[in-house]
Amino acid sequence: MTLARQCQPLLDILRDPRGMATLDLKSWDLLLRQAGAAGLLSRLAVLAEMLGLSNRVPDAVKPHLTAARSVATKQRQAVRWEARRVARALADIDGPVLLLKGAAYAIADLPPAAGRLFGDIDILVPRAQLDQAEAALMLAGWHTQKQDDYDQRYYRRWMHELPPMTHIRRGTVLDVHHNLLPETARIRTTADPILDAAQALADPTGLYIPADTDLVLHSACHLFHEGEWDHGLRDLVDLDAMLRAFAKSSAFWPALLARAQLLNLGRPLYYALDCCRRWLHTPIPDDVIAACPSRPPAWQRPLMRSLFDAGLASVHPTCRGRFARLATFILFVRGHYLRMPWHLLLPHLLHQALRRNQEQNR
Amino acid sequence: MKLGDLTLSQLHHRLADNDLALRTGPFVTRIHSPMLQVAESLLQLYADFPLDEGEFRDFHVRVGPPLGLRRWLRPQINFWYDGHSPFKPLPANHAFALLEWGLNWCVAGHAHHYLMLHAAVLEKNGRAVVLPGDPGAGKSTLTAALMLSGWRLLSDEITLVDRDDGLLVGLARPVSLKNASIDVIRRAFPDAVIGAPAYDTHKGTVAHVRPSADSVARVGEKARPAWVVFPRWREGCPARLNPHSRADAFLHTASHAFNYSLLGGLGFELNAALMDACACHDFEYSNLDEALQVFSELAA
Repeated sequence: MTLARQCQPLLDILRDPRGMATLDLKSWDLLLRQAGAAGLLSRLAVLAEMLGLSNRVPDAVKPHLTAARSVATKQRQAVRWEARRVARALADIDGPVLLLKGAAYAIADLPPAAGRLFGDIDILVPRAQLDQAEAALMLAGWHTQKQDDYDQRYYRRWMHELPPMTHIRRGTVLDVHHNLLPETARIRTTADPILDAAQALADPTGLYIPADTDLVLHSACHLFHEGEWDHGLRDLVDLDAMLRAFAKSSAFWPALLARAQLLNLGRPLYYALDCCRRWLHTPIPDDVIAACPSRPPAWQRPLMRSLFDAGLASVHPTCRGRFARLATFILFVRGHYLRMPWHLLLPHLLHQALRRNQEQNR
Repeated sequence: MKLGDLTLSQLHHRLADNDLALRTGPFVTRIHSPMLQVAESLLQLYADFPLDEGEFRDFHVRVGPPLGLRRWLRPQINFWYDGHSPFKPLPANHAFALLEWGLNWCVAGHAHHYLMLHAAVLEKNGRAVVLPGDPGAGKSTLTAALMLSGWRLLSDEITLVDRDDGLLVGLARPVSLKNASIDVIRRAFPDAVIGAPAYDTHKGTVAHVRPSADSVARVGEKARPAWVVFPRWREGCPARLNPHSRADAFLHTASHAFNYSLLGGLGFELNAALMDACACHDFEYSNLDEALQVFSELAA
């Protein structure tokens, strides 16, 4: 299936949300299902309202959009509240505390924030302050979930984040990062430039968000470096929204390329730009893609495209192509391969498999 | 066209072909299931409900055996919401109960254009009674008994409050009875149509009562809230209403609601308006006839 026909009508509506004004009922039925599965229904509902289309959709559809907007409003409110709690808990640690991804978009009211849904809250702290931050968060009620010694060791030795911390009363989950990628990843990157360039937030005070370029690079590296594609399309929509908005400043593209070089994230940036352009028609100048600091060799490009396309299309059964299962499996393996070298990965996978076996036999 | 216009074999085929959409109040659900048990139960309990032939469905669900080798070892059943399964598989003979839970899950998880309280709701003479109740309090028994004695059923589980006018919106889906209450209703209303029980579910034995024809026919009529009554069955206790504070009724319904906090300020306003419109009571009973007498005096 070609991209033009795949994921329809969702893809056309993401490219141009004004199309919501003229969809027929049958297309709406499919759009609500695809957007719901992709975690993008609230976004479409909020965009419909912003574009003044709320009353131009069929009556049967209106309640779904109203409901989806209520969910978005609630999540926005909840993430702000939670961010204030994090700011309060970490007020005394040295060094900046950065909100990442969804929380950063929401609190700074960046373009992807409209109607975006959240899972966990991600923050980034300097490696040197990691222990201090963890202790302060524990005092405020966040605890690493019940995990065995192996998990704790795995996270603390190899990963770029602590094991997920759950708030004891609210059940909200916080991911505390000290870098963008695992210590063991094929691509080495450093968080120092991101910490240095962070922008302070007015509210809640004490929290920061990454610079525009770094927000894009983090999102790209998250999407194209992990093996989980459940939220792939939503993450691509985040990238599209940021690129469209940030590119209004003429300094953005050169800054983004320079930054990708410095952080050693040229390859995920290339994939992000290529997918955004093909999937969402993001206006990206040719010379920007050509100047990307790290591009795959020409023979690899069609292969990588078809893999990522399958990953992005895995959101809903009506979007999936013929080789979807194989492709998502390859992406899953690739995600692990990129995370750590074989001599670490194989023992880890073996341990996980044996443990799962034990749990099932119990 | 009503579901009951189909023969069992027609219904079974349409369910298996994913070609059946059922309207229950404001929602249209496309149901896909190869299970004969699902067809039989739907025909028995949903016969009066209209089929929807339109092109738009609110929910797309499937009840059927899970994929994989396991199904050959032990017959199991699962529920899918548009390809995603929110529950764990159950023994195959719980298929219809699982469909009912799944339909509740669809509404409770998505219909945030309403305030959704965890309460039964019925109407008589243009006035509706909301029955919140803790599990085991006898809410479903009372709901079934009221419906079978002429009250119009809106819902036995989810009270939908319209965000525009504060009126109550009905579903009229079957009443779910548990354990001893199945026999209580069977004895008190020998004519009631009660579906095949599902034994040993996480709620014990579960069986569903067919909604009255009047409830289904008038499901589109919104109802004006008049009372909030907290029922409690207590052995040997004479049936009586006692005043219940509105503030407490507010807190109780809010804390048991499906989406009170999700709706934020709107949830507060809708629930407050509901309490303002209602007289609130506790209701203790042990004997169904006495209970029905008290309610018919209430509605008179």
